Amino acid sequence: MALPKRIIKETERLMAEPVKGISAVPHEDNLRYFDVTIDGPGQSPYEGGVFKLELFLPDDYPMTPPKIRFLTKIYHPNIDRLGRICLDVLKSNWSPALQIRTILLSIQALLGAPNPDDPLANDVAQKWKEDEKGAIETARQWTEQYAKP
Amino acid sequence: MDSEDEFNSSQVSEDEFMMDADSDAEDDYGVDHDDVGFESQHTDIKPAKHAYEVDFKVCSPEDIEAQQARQVADTSSLLEQPPEATAILFRHFRWNKERLIDKYMDNRDAVLEAAGLSEEAASSPPRIEKVPGFVCDICCDEDPEETFAMKCGHRFCVDCYKQYLRTKIKDEGEAARIRCPGDGCNKIVDSKSLNLLITGDLKERYDELLTRTYVDDKENLKWCPAPECVYAIDCKVRDKELMRVVPTVHCDCGHDFCFGCTLDDHQPAPCALVKKWLKKCADDSETANWISAHTKECPKCHSTIEKNGGCNHMTCRKCRHEFCWMCMGIWSEHGTSWYNCNRYEEKSGHEARDAQAKSRQALERYLHYYQRYANHEQSAKLDKDIYLKTEKKMQQLQNTTGMSWIEVQFLDSASQALQQCRRTLKWTYAFAYYLARNNLTQIFEDNQKDLEMAVENLSEMFEKPVDQLQGLKVEMMDKTAYCTKRRIILLDDTAVNLREGMLDLDVIHEREC
Ligand SMILES: [Zn+2]
Ligand SMILES: [Zn+2]
Ligand SMILES: [Zn+2]
Ligand SMILES: [Zn+2]
Ligand SMILES: [Zn+2]
Ligand SMILES: [Zn+2]
Repeated sequence: MALPKRIIKETERLMAEPVKGISAVPHEDNLRYFDVTIDGPGQSPYEGGVFKLELFLPDDYPMTPPKIRFLTKIYHPNIDRLGRICLDVLKSNWSPALQIRTILLSIQALLGAPNPDDPLANDVAQKWKEDEKGAIETARQWTEQYAKP
Repeated sequence: MDSEDEFNSSQVSEDEFMMDADSDAEDDYGVDHDDVGFESQHTDIKPAKHAYEVDFKVCSPEDIEAQQARQVADTSSLLEQPPEATAILFRHFRWNKERLIDKYMDNRDAVLEAAGLSEEAASSPPRIEKVPGFVCDICCDEDPEETFAMKCGHRFCVDCYKQYLRTKIKDEGEAARIRCPGDGCNKIVDSKSLNLLITGDLKERYDELLTRTYVDDKENLKWCPAPECVYAIDCKVRDKELMRVVPTVHCDCGHDFCFGCTLDDHQPAPCALVKKWLKKCADDSETANWISAHTKECPKCHSTIEKNGGCNHMTCRKCRHEFCWMCMGIWSEHGTSWYNCNRYEEKSGHEARDAQAKSRQALERYLHYYQRYANHEQSAKLDKDIYLKTEKKMQQLQNTTGMSWIEVQFLDSASQALQQCRRTLKWTYAFAYYLARNNLTQIFEDNQKDLEMAVENLSEMFEKPVDQLQGLKVEMMDKTAYCTKRRIILLDDTAVNLREGMLDLDVIHEREC
């Protein structure tokens, strides 16, 4: 199946005008599959870390959202042990007008602003609510341990 | 022809004869004499006859659509909004008319905004147009021939818009609350825009889904859960009443189910009890598994006995010993005042002093009820099997002896009564398990016992040789009627006591996760 114009355009633009702190490179043998890295945002426990993710564009993209998952271990109330992300724009608030670029920016923003009230990883969220300081410290340690290049 | 006019005319007698042959007037003519002179009232809500029955009404898809249209029409003028916008407002408020009107009168603009109708709905209608130099953000096509945007201005090519709607409707089953495909836009795609963009099967599916959301949103409406059934049931019983009422309803498709939880009819047990019981049975299934065995040993000669009918009155083929499958007790005692097969006898207090003994006693108690519950479920299936076999033989008999179809219908009624009574009995055991002892439990257990005996007596008749059945017709019909009567008494008594809060059921409301 030929790659839709939309995906070609998006890929071209990701290459031509990269977003600061974010990279997305398609596989040569599968142009719907991207290797992604996101830099942990400043003033967050993820600062200094580089997080690897995988991104896949399903056949009905952009009518349905891309499938994205963290590959690097991360301690975050909205990301579970398998790296799945709880983010509204990846689910009910997905719009076909959104792009890979905007989604990755949203994920970066999520790292800067965890939301323990809408948790995916229940134990982490619990900890976040009960002992925010301790949770942030754990997140920092994990970043140190798993996300350092 | 207007039948009311016919009734009111002076030539009643002549017209009555005419109308008899007139199929259009038959409905109006067929009413009781008391009602003559009135337009036949559509007595939609069936009146309850017994304490355990609730009022309900079966609604066809057409009824449901008509209901929606009527509500929209009634409210449209009050809100000073066209029907399309009124329908969107209704769906936005999940068909809660009071809340819609309240909020609308309170802050019209905020409501319109929230429902995705913020711009003036009355101004220029939506249209498909070509916009020079336009690039579609979804497909990246430059200068597409046809583009579309709602008032919010999020414009896309028509192909993308259509594909978006198809995905929402076909794949995600959305209808009432499809939003503009623009990022972050909350505007709901209104029916005028939809009509412009979708056609054929997609339009049909959309209408179907809209009807479904209406039923899903209305507290008094529920879909019949039978597969392929298109009817919904209208019933006034509310969730908070479900500890005191068990609202069994009968769909026109023949399915009996509980309006509260949509499971199969489970009278006399309230929904919360059923839920708790089923969970307990699932959790304890391994402990209880050995019970559902089909074979047991004769308590006298120990030869293996297989149960292949529904009846619990067993006769050992070898030694002719008659016993009860449930309690393994002697059958002859079951008809007397000594009968206590259904009742669980608490062991005297000192036996259960330590925790282990207590838990053993709790298990024993549970098994007593579970065994009887499971047995009636199983027996209902066996009763049915044996009836189907009998029916086949009766057909052969019909062919050879020329007995009419009508003459064998008593078997069908008996079989149906058995199914119904066993279902009730089954749930009386779950009920009894949670029932705290008081002076009314004795009555409950007596009713249970009476129904159980009646059922076993009828069930037994199905095991008679087929050539004898015709001769047993009257007896069988009597026993069928008696079973039904006992069931009504049990359900009536229990329903009254439940409603009055006279029965203490140990069922804590567990919160849904
Ligand atoms: Zn397009
Ligand atoms: Zn919009
Ligand atoms: Zn039905
Ligand atoms: Zn129920
Ligand atoms: Zn025997
Ligand atoms: Zn018994």
